[in-house]
Amino acid sequence: MSYLTIRNLSANLKGRPDRILRNVSLQVAAGEVRGLVGESGAGKSMIGKAILGTLPLSIEITGGEIILDGTDLLKLPPAQRRTRIGQFCALIPQDPLTALNPSRRIGPQITNRLVDILRWTRADAEKRARELLAEVHIPDPERVMRSYPHELSGGMRQRILIASAFAAEPKLIVADEPTTALDVTVQKQILKLIAEMQARHGTALLFVTHDLGVVSKVCQSLSVLYGGLVLEDSRMTDFFHAPKHPYSRALLAATPKYTDPDGSLTPVPDAVVAATRAEVEAADRSAHV
Amino acid sequence: MLDGRSQIKRKLPPRLILSAGWLILLGAAAMLAPWIAPKDPLAQDLFLGQLPPAWVQGHEPGYLLGTDSLGRDVLSRILYGTRLALTVALLAGSITCIIGATLGLLAGFLRGWVDIMISRAIDIWMAFPPVLFSILLIAVLGPGLTSIIIAIVVIDWTRFARVIRAEAMTQGAMDYVASAQVAGRTRLSTMFTEILPNVLPTITVLLTLEMGIAIIVEAILSFVNLSISTDDPTWGGMIAEGRTSIHQAWWVLVFPLITLFLTVLSFSQLGEGLKDRFDPVLR
Repeated sequence: MSYLTIRNLSANLKGRPDRILRNVSLQVAAGEVRGLVGESGAGKSMIGKAILGTLPLSIEITGGEIILDGTDLLKLPPAQRRTRIGQFCALIPQDPLTALNPSRRIGPQITNRLVDILRWTRADAEKRARELLAEVHIPDPERVMRSYPHELSGGMRQRILIASAFAAEPKLIVADEPTTALDVTVQKQILKLIAEMQARHGTALLFVTHDLGVVSKVCQSLSVLYGGLVLEDSRMTDFFHAPKHPYSRALLAATPKYTDPDGSLTPVPDAVVAATRAEVEAADRSAHV
Repeated sequence: MLDGRSQIKRKLPPRLILSAGWLILLGAAAMLAPWIAPKDPLAQDLFLGQLPPAWVQGHEPGYLLGTDSLGRDVLSRILYGTRLALTVALLAGSITCIIGATLGLLAGFLRGWVDIMISRAIDIWMAFPPVLFSILLIAVLGPGLTSIIIAIVVIDWTRFARVIRAEAMTQGAMDYVASAQVAGRTRLSTMFTEILPNVLPTITVLLTLEMGIAIIVEAILSFVNLSISTDDPTWGGMIAEGRTSIHQAWWVLVFPLITLFLTVLSFSQLGEGLKDRFDPVLR
């Protein structure tokens, strides 16, 4: 039984025919790490935002279901949906530099959510925040909790955001390209940290990224997205041995190999892109009939 | 891993000290005017008309900044005028700020039809020539302190609304707002806990600027005789009266003008200084 099930989710630009998501279906089992890969504009972040209810106002969901723990979020009234998401889900955002409120100290930013939304006592929440900061290997948590975001480095801030995402023991975390804004050395540490935290807490993780290298390190299964359409849904090992869709195959072939530093970059062939685009259009036509 | 960023300490900027100092002095003068003013600001003495200030030949003892053509003490009138100027600055400034900033926040953060209505209102509003508009308003409302404050609020709220709207839009696109939403906050509560603290530096700067502007507007209205009753001393009224005797008694015009200038300057510098010192984001 999967923890999160998305069925035939479609989204449009409000009042226009431009489709953002095309009948997206995917599942994340409890405690599973699923990768969601695709090029820029494929709609991978939009899926994460649809789950968490943070879609831009200009985008509306036109159909489908987002079933979280047996309840369809889209059928709930807004207030109930918010509490449900707040209780069971969390976000690890893309850019640690803008993801912390610059005018508030770190401590309250972690604890407020526990106190305001989940009704913890302040003392409990603070104790928990300290434990979590230690868990994400932050030296001197006391001092960090009293700091403002601008006093900390990007890597530190991303650690804090990870700690804060795990704070309320959510069942599902959406990680929206959590390493994209970081430099390569920090990237590796953060990936390791996310994997470590996920294993320890047993949280299901939806890992949105464009980097197949990252996916191969942390995910157990993945969905490949193009133009808002899910092209492939595979177990990780199956995908790397025998990708099912031609586009996935081309994407995999385009991943730079560290073993071959002199090799030139392989782009996704135009023919594959054209074929995939045709497939997206075909899906639209069959949907209209 | 902790680096030096948290070690940076910011000094109290000199402009903050100077401007705050001048404003505190003015505040004290306004409150203590009846005790510290050397003369009655309304007392006329035609035999002592147009006396020069104390360091110019021909002065009389007791009239530090001289007298106007009716023999009223300029210093005492400036001191009493401070009361009206500061009342207008504080009241009109804060009310304008509260109304304008609230509308700007709502428009910039909630977007949608709220934004459309508020933005169109701002556009239309800003097409009115402000000075003419205020004169018209006072003419309709009748002169008096309340009318001045209403006129300033009605004209200037757009200044706040426009700037705060843009700022709220920028902040609203940040990831920390999305995080707050995911954590289960309502839109409105997000606006107050996440957006407001981050536009507060801008609001502060605008507010102090607006206080200065309010003083100028009050002076303009006094100048065209549309402020409060003409007996009470106002800086604008003194400047208007001084203008007629500029060749015989420059001091009647110059001293209120300097006070006005320093005050408006201090207000704007106060805002900038506060922001330099207390905005947590280093620039």
